[in-house]
Amino acid sequence: MDISWDLLLNAITAGLLLGGFYAAVTAGVSISFGMLDIVNIAHPAFIILGSYIAYFFNIKFGVDPILVSVIALPFFYALGAAVYQVYYLSFEKRGQESLRGLAFFFGLLFVTEVSLILVFGVDYRYVEAAYIGPSLHIGLIDLPLRMLVPCLAALAMFSALQLFVTRTFIGRAIMAVSQDQMALQLMAVDPIRIKRIAFGISIATAAVAGALLIIIQPVEPSVGREYIGRVFAICVLGGLGSMPGTLIAAMLLGVVESLTATFYGPSWAPAVSFGFLLLTLAFRPAGLMGR
Amino acid sequence: MAKFSLITIAVGAMVMAGAHWVHVDYLYFASYTILQFIVLATAWNILGGYCGYVNFGSAAFFAMGAYSSVFIHKIYPLPVPLLILAGAIVSGIAGFGMGYLTLRLRGSFFAIATLALAVVLQTLVVNWEYVGGSRGAYIIRPEEIEFAGITINYIEYLFGLMLLLAVIALITARTIERSQLGFGFATIRDDELAAEASGVPTLRIKLIATTISGAFMGMAGAPFPYYIGYLQPSSAFGLEYAVNSIAMPMIGGTTSWIGPLVGAILLGSAQQYATVTISSAVNLLIVGLMLVAFVIIAPNGLVGLVQGWRRAWRKP
Amino acid sequence: MTALLHVDNISKRFGGFVALDGIELAVEPGERLGLIGPNGSGKSTLVNCICGTLQNESGSVRFDGHVIDGLAAHQRTHRGIARSFQLPRPFHSMNLADNLRIPLLYTVHARLGPLRSAGDLDARCHELLEMVGLAKKAKQMPRDLTQVEMRKLELARAMAAEPKLLIADESMAGLSHSEIEDILALLVKLNERGITIILIEHIMSAVMSFSQRLAVLVSGKKIADGKPEDVVRNPEVVRAYLGQ
Repeated sequence: MDISWDLLLNAITAGLLLGGFYAAVTAGVSISFGMLDIVNIAHPAFIILGSYIAYFFNIKFGVDPILVSVIALPFFYALGAAVYQVYYLSFEKRGQESLRGLAFFFGLLFVTEVSLILVFGVDYRYVEAAYIGPSLHIGLIDLPLRMLVPCLAALAMFSALQLFVTRTFIGRAIMAVSQDQMALQLMAVDPIRIKRIAFGISIATAAVAGALLIIIQPVEPSVGREYIGRVFAICVLGGLGSMPGTLIAAMLLGVVESLTATFYGPSWAPAVSFGFLLLTLAFRPAGLMGR
Repeated sequence: MAKFSLITIAVGAMVMAGAHWVHVDYLYFASYTILQFIVLATAWNILGGYCGYVNFGSAAFFAMGAYSSVFIHKIYPLPVPLLILAGAIVSGIAGFGMGYLTLRLRGSFFAIATLALAVVLQTLVVNWEYVGGSRGAYIIRPEEIEFAGITINYIEYLFGLMLLLAVIALITARTIERSQLGFGFATIRDDELAAEASGVPTLRIKLIATTISGAFMGMAGAPFPYYIGYLQPSSAFGLEYAVNSIAMPMIGGTTSWIGPLVGAILLGSAQQYATVTISSAVNLLIVGLMLVAFVIIAPNGLVGLVQGWRRAWRKP
Repeated sequence: MTALLHVDNISKRFGGFVALDGIELAVEPGERLGLIGPNGSGKSTLVNCICGTLQNESGSVRFDGHVIDGLAAHQRTHRGIARSFQLPRPFHSMNLADNLRIPLLYTVHARLGPLRSAGDLDARCHELLEMVGLAKKAKQMPRDLTQVEMRKLELARAMAAEPKLLIADESMAGLSHSEIEDILALLVKLNERGITIILIEHIMSAVMSFSQRLAVLVSGKKIADGKPEDVVRNPEVVRAYLGQ
């Protein structure tokens, strides 16, 4: 088969860069679904919200999008904590998480998307920054900065999260609450508070992921829905709650999507992640590195 | 069951006759949409409300019905009732297949899988040139149709078919609800582990639910290309189908057949009104907000609220 | 006489945690076996593996002469294994009588074909509720029951499946002395009718008076299995469980 090596190498590189970004996008769901067992399908909507906030401050005031997201972190954290509180009081406490919790998040996803349509319209939006445009060239490989920078930022955030979860007390409490809530209570730590903090962090990551997204590609409100499948596919494939697994799965998905888009056309790309998801659920729901 | 069936068919016949007498085309169009939602909401509720398994991909099953009609129409234009049957078979098999792959998992995984299915199917259809791909497919709707010498307006014909489907869906839902099968569904919703331990074959029963639910959604979708004339993936797989099939039963009430009916009529009418007076985006926003509000405040929907009031009224 | 239930060297892990490590257990038809051990020793995991709620990773489970590994829980219930859950799991959208109707419809009828008319079903539900002292609450909902009443409902639901082997998982926690006596009398009566019973309990007086044989589970291993009076004097048992 006559493959252009140039094309192949670049597709794989692009896939790896994309994968790094996907890992950051999924990190939040890794926490909310992997550790807290909350199916927050509205997570991509929060990411898109992050994108639009980055867009707004970038276009209006010329602030760098990543900087906007860092400033937005505490607000998103508060939003996440508030959403969890509502979720807990309405559903978790009553033991009705499954049906109604899902419907709740679906409603949130929907409301967020439609609100963004009403405020910003359906046109694609993009941001402007110094690193959007130029590329690095290493041999045959092109490294567009608009993908490299988000990938590096994503990996930084991802590493920070991993350190947080393994080294700090609250981080370890979060891991504990996913495994044994009772034991945590016996240690006089309020599991509800821990879960609220965890969910807040989960949504905070969406702020950063959103900014990175709009650097990589133009965004419009329904883009979030493409990411639902990707995010849960990576989460499940990587093994729920396993951060290293999430990273590997994200890279894998990124590469496969990139190869598909390059050799078969971009319109097939959404089917890749969702197809991955279905196959994983059907045949290996514990994921690659599952518990 | 026989008495209820007779009553519903009689009501249906009266509605049909009344519509014929009024004979305003716009009303036919608007009512068709509401009837379609009655079928979709009832179908969703069989799996969602009765069994507790959330299906986010109603649009996929609906679209499969629509696209199977387009596919068959290109080969040979069969009469719509046969297309409805084809839609039932295609979507029913899809429901069964999806169930078989994912129902062994937890409910939340199933829900995510349904989302995935919707997107995979949409991608497949968008890339399938034979049924029009992303450009869409045209179906020319005849002006009228003849039955045993009587000629009626085609749109009235479609309206009548959808009315019949709605009646069948409601009768089916109520029959299931009151049967041993419905009893089994309820145990799965309440506590699947305990149901298994009590001897309920949960996988088999869930598969029955997904198959019936999928089949009805496909049946609702089959006449759609004729109704709309020009079928695009974005309209067949539209978000309003996914959100409405969930919002209508949840707002109406998920534990009985009445809930989806009430939800569909109320929300459907409100949306028809809103789309004309405000914009369709705002109307979808309202649906979403109502869903969130109801799910938090009135988890058993309007039917649940009414039941609660009646209980409170009866207590001395 | 071959054993009714034969647990053959089964093991079960959860990730890195070994819940069951090579458990061997045989239960004769008509026997009354007591199963004791500290919390977390694997008793409920063992029950789950026998009943099919969980699948053991190695070894096998034989019931009534057939290997039942791979069978779903409902299939094992059809074959005659019934259990009550340690934390009661009633069907909360139905009243008590309907809770009992489920195993009658789905297990008893599945085995024998529909033998009973609706009236007979009602009578049987009532009879079962009578046996556990809940007959007056037949039309009430599980949320209106006390914890103790819910445990009794659990037991009644297991009995409704007309099992050959009944596993009672801590059904007596929180019961008063006379209530314990009632449940024990009930279990003995069931046993006299030929039902094999495994009793999992922490209440030693009940276990001692009820069991013909006693097995002890500690940290996923069976450390003792024999006559109750011998087992309770076993120094390892005393150290691991009783001496606490």
